[in-house]
Amino acid sequence: MNVRLYVWQRATAAIMAPLVLVHIAVIFYATRQGLTAADILSRTHGSAIWASYYGLFVAAASIHASIGMRNVLIEWSPLDERRAGLLAVALGLLLALLGFHAVIALVVT
Amino acid sequence: MSGTQQELSVSLWRGGKDGRYRTYAVPRRESQTVLDVVTYVQRHLDPTLSYRFACRVGVCGSCAMTVNGKPRWTCRTHVAKVAGAGRLEIGPLENLPVIKDLTTDMAEFFQKWQRAKGVFAPSQTRHDSIAQIRPDTPARAAADAAIECINCGVCYAGCDTVRWNSAYLGPAALTRAWTLVNDQRDAGNRERLQAVAVDGGCHSCHSHQSCQELCPQTLNPTAAIAGLKRRTAAAYLKGEIKA
Ligand code: SF4
Ligand code: SF4
Ligand code: FES
Repeated sequence: MNVRLYVWQRATAAIMAPLVLVHIAVIFYATRQGLTAADILSRTHGSAIWASYYGLFVAAASIHASIGMRNVLIEWSPLDERRAGLLAVALGLLLALLGFHAVIALVVT
Repeated sequence: MSGTQQELSVSLWRGGKDGRYRTYAVPRRESQTVLDVVTYVQRHLDPTLSYRFACRVGVCGSCAMTVNGKPRWTCRTHVAKVAGAGRLEIGPLENLPVIKDLTTDMAEFFQKWQRAKGVFAPSQTRHDSIAQIRPDTPARAAADAAIECINCGVCYAGCDTVRWNSAYLGPAALTRAWTLVNDQRDAGNRERLQAVAVDGGCHSCHSHQSCQELCPQTLNPTAAIAGLKRRTAAAYLKGEIKA
């Protein structure tokens, strides 16, 4: 880990902390109210707020996890820093892809 | 062989990397230190045993070994404290290449001090008057906190991050860097912060505090490293250093 990655990891953690709380609150609300998938989708479809909320969440989580994975790979695998970095970026992109796919499903399709 | 009231069962690492433990019977004495035990073996049982020590009073930092699984300064570690069942297993320090028996090659440990810019960079010359240092400023208190490091390598041997990432500078070198960062007479801080901000620098530390728990001088490398993380992050955001 170097100082640039450190700053990014701390910044994305700071972004995610409140988002996680809201996310959990939303889960509680949805289960308490007994909302069905259709109910939820009817509220999220076309919503710019939910799109940006979960879009930001996915972006922050992908970057955060990717930096963490790079660290794990450097410490626990025989890969050197460059290869560990490349693999971690690939993992981060995969996470972002899956995440944005889910966001699109939530607000567009 | 198991230890008795009068006798200790002592397993010592013999050989290099591919060596093994050999067991010796050493008489128990009052106020006996682990270093006394090792010395007894060398003087009375096997003169080919290699180990290091110098001061015998916790000053020089040369006598550290792995004692019953933990790195310790052997000259100030009492047998009574660590050999509950009359057994001692003494090996070379971890995370350093073994030379022979209980001696390790500490070259890399000290090279990392150099890499972390653990060398004082003077801001004045001998022709200037002596700097007036107020002992009660926060910076001086932070510098004083780790001034008593004896370079023993105990923290380095006990740090899992060093084990996992051979590039990691380690607690001792980084603590030294933090001492100098807080020394108002030092002029090398930009280079020093740059040196500890790269891969393998202070940000690799997991803050799990083994170093602090094990340091015989009761220093707190974890806190020093946390200070470096903050200081380097601020310097980076101001554009003073690069990643
Ligand atoms: S706190 Fe940091 S330096 Fe100390 S043992 Fe843990 S990783 Fe190593
Ligand atoms: S910080 Fe403590 S354990 Fe580490 S080298 Fe210095 S005195 Fe030894
Ligand atoms: S012999 Fe000097 S510190 Fe132990």
